[in-house]
Amino acid sequence: MYDETDLNHEFVQLLNEDGTMKEHESLPNLADEQLVDMYEWMVKMRLFDEKMLRMQRQGRIGTYAPFSGQEAAQIGSAAALRETDWIFPSYREMAACMHHGYPMKQAILYTKGHLQGGYTPEGLNIFPVQIIIAGQTLHAAGCAIATKLKGEDDVSVAYFGDGATSQGDFHEALNIASVNKAPVIFFCQNNHWAISVPLHLQTASQTIAQKAVAYGMKGVQVDGNDILAVYKVMQDAVNRARNGEGPMLIEAVTYRQGPHTTADDPTKYRDAKEVADWVENNDPIRRFHRFLEQKGLISDERIAALKERFNQEIEQAVQEAEAVEPSTADQAFDYVYDKPHKLLAEQKQEVQRLLAEKGGN
Amino acid sequence: MAQLTMVEAIREAMRLEMENDERIVILGEDVGKNGGVFRATDGLQAQFGANRVMDTPLAESAIVGTSIGMAVNGLRPIAEIQFLGFIYETMDQVAAQAARLRFRSAGRFTAPIVIRSPYGGGVKTPELHSDSLEALFVHTPGIKVVMPSNPYDAKGLLISAIRDENPVLFLEPMKLYRAFKMDVPEEAYEIPIGKANVVREGVDVTIVAWGPPVLLAKQAAEEAEKKGISVEVIDLRTVQPIDLDAILSSVEKTSRLIIVHEAVKSAGVGGEIAALVSECGLFSLAAPILRVTGYDTPYPVPSIEDDWLPTVPRLMNAIQHVMQF
Repeated sequence: MYDETDLNHEFVQLLNEDGTMKEHESLPNLADEQLVDMYEWMVKMRLFDEKMLRMQRQGRIGTYAPFSGQEAAQIGSAAALRETDWIFPSYREMAACMHHGYPMKQAILYTKGHLQGGYTPEGLNIFPVQIIIAGQTLHAAGCAIATKLKGEDDVSVAYFGDGATSQGDFHEALNIASVNKAPVIFFCQNNHWAISVPLHLQTASQTIAQKAVAYGMKGVQVDGNDILAVYKVMQDAVNRARNGEGPMLIEAVTYRQGPHTTADDPTKYRDAKEVADWVENNDPIRRFHRFLEQKGLISDERIAALKERFNQEIEQAVQEAEAVEPSTADQAFDYVYDKPHKLLAEQKQEVQRLLAEKGGN
Repeated sequence: MAQLTMVEAIREAMRLEMENDERIVILGEDVGKNGGVFRATDGLQAQFGANRVMDTPLAESAIVGTSIGMAVNGLRPIAEIQFLGFIYETMDQVAAQAARLRFRSAGRFTAPIVIRSPYGGGVKTPELHSDSLEALFVHTPGIKVVMPSNPYDAKGLLISAIRDENPVLFLEPMKLYRAFKMDVPEEAYEIPIGKANVVREGVDVTIVAWGPPVLLAKQAAEEAEKKGISVEVIDLRTVQPIDLDAILSSVEKTSRLIIVHEAVKSAGVGGEIAALVSECGLFSLAAPILRVTGYDTPYPVPSIEDDWLPTVPRLMNAIQHVMQF
C-alpha cells in the first residue's frame, strides 16, 4: 500500500530571503553578466506589469492578467532555454514569453484586443496565449513528440498554474508525454490561487510535484521566488529532455501578488495579511536584489538608471502598439481558413459594405 | 482498376499519401498492430513503422491535442477518433483549439490535421457509437467537415483532406465501410472539398443527402420514377463548407427540396440548408422545404433504431407531399 503522507520530497532552494546562499548549496554555472541580465529582466517585467495595470485603469487596454510576484519563476525558467525551444503559455506568462523573444509591442496589442495580438513573429517558437486552462499542455506534448520523431533536440515547455493541474488535459498530457518519453517540461507556477479558489480546494496532494510520480516521470518542487533555484531545476530538466531522458514536472511555488485579472477583486476572498506577508517578506525581486548587492553586482544608482531606461523602453512599445492601425471587422474573415469559402467571402463583403457606409468612404 | 470497399479505399488513400509525404503520421487508439477496430489502418504500421503509425493511450483529448502540437512542429497528423460519439471527450481540442488556431495566431500557426472518425447508424452498436454529430462542427468556424458516401469519393476526398491546410473532420459511415465495392483508381487523386455531386438527375424534386442517406435517396428516386416523379439526388459530400450553388441550381430546375440526414432534426444541417435556400432561392420554390431526419431524441438503442432512422417510405411520403404543390 502507498501512503501519500509518507512521500519524501525536497524543496529546492538556493537563496535565503536575506539574499545569502543556503548552506551546502552552490551557484548555478552563470556568469556575473548573466546574473545581472536575469535581474534586469525581472525589474523590467515588474515595471511592465505595473504599466499595464495603469493603462487598464486609463481605459487604454482591455482585461489584463498581472504576473507580479511570479517574475523569478518565469525569468528563471525561460533563461534556461535556447532560442529554438518552444513555449506554450497561458495568459499569465508574458514575462517568460518576452524573455523568449516575444515583442513587448505584441504583448500590448494582445491586451488591446487587436486581431494581430496573438501573432508571433516568424522564427519565434512561442504559441499564442491559451485561455482554456491546461489546453496547451497537450500542444506542448505533441510538439515534443514531433521533435523526437524528427530526431531533433529542442525542448517544449508548457506553462500553467496550480488550477490547471485539476484539468483532464493535464492528466492526459503528462501521461502521453511520459509514455512517449517526449522532451517536454511541464512548468507549473503554483501561485496558490485559481481566481478565488485556494490550493487546498484544488488538490489534496501535499505537493503538485508529486503528481509526476504516477506518470512515471521526474517531478521537483522548487522555491519559485528564488530565481537561482528555478534556473537550476529548469536547466536540469532541459538537459534531461534534450538528452532523451523524457519529460519532467516542475512545481515552482510562488504567489500571485495581484488580482486574477483587472476584472477581479481579490479582497473578496483573500486575507490581506496573507498577501502582505508574501509581498513584504517573500518578493522574488527583492531577494535576488539582496544577493546581487552582496556580490557587489548592482548599486542604487545603477538601478535608478535601469528603471529610467526600462520605462523608456516600455513607453516606446506602448507608442508603437498604439500607432498600429486598429483591426477592422472584415479582417476577421482572413484567418478562418487558408482561403475563405464562398459563403464566408460573401459575409466579408457584407461587412466591408457596412463599414464603408459607416465610414462614409 | 481495382474494386474496393470504402474502408479499403480509405486505407489506400492514407498509404499513398504516407508514401509521398514523410511528414504524415497516424495516431489513435488501436490503430497500430490492430489496424484500427475497423481495420482502416491495417498493415500501415507494418509498412511505415511505429513512429509513423502510433497507438496512443486511451485519451481522445490527447489524440487531438497532441496532433495540434505535432502539426505546429511540422508534421501532418491523421488522428483517429474510434467512434464519433467519443468526440465529446475532445470537443475543446477540436472546436476551441484546432479550429481556432489560425485565427488566434493571426495566421502564424495552423493545424493541418485530419480527424477521421466512423459514425452513423444501422449497424446495431452500443450507445454513443452511431451518432451523427456533423452539425456541431458545421457550427464551428475554422474546420471543414467531409462525409463521403462511396469508396471512390472516400479516397479522393480523404486525399484532399490530407493535403488541405486546414483541420478537416473526415466522417466515415460505418454502415458503408464494406457495404459494396466500386471501381477505384490505383493512383492518388483529389476530389475537391466543398463540391457537391449530382448523382442522379431529375426535374420534379431535389433531394440533398450525404453519407448513407445518399443511398436511400437513390432508392426513393427509383421508386418515385415508377410513379412518374423525376427526382434529382445531390450528394453534398462536404457539409462544411456547403456547396449552396449546386443546391440552388437544382432547386431552380425542380422547385421542390427535401433534405435527408441521420442526425437529429433540430438545428441540424438540414435546417441550415433550408434557411440558405429560403434566403437565396425562395422564388424558385413551389412547395415547403421538407426534412427527413433522425428524431430529436438521443440516438436510440439497437432494437428500435430502424424505426428511428430515415427510411425509403418516409422519403416517399415527403416526395408525395411536396408533389401536391
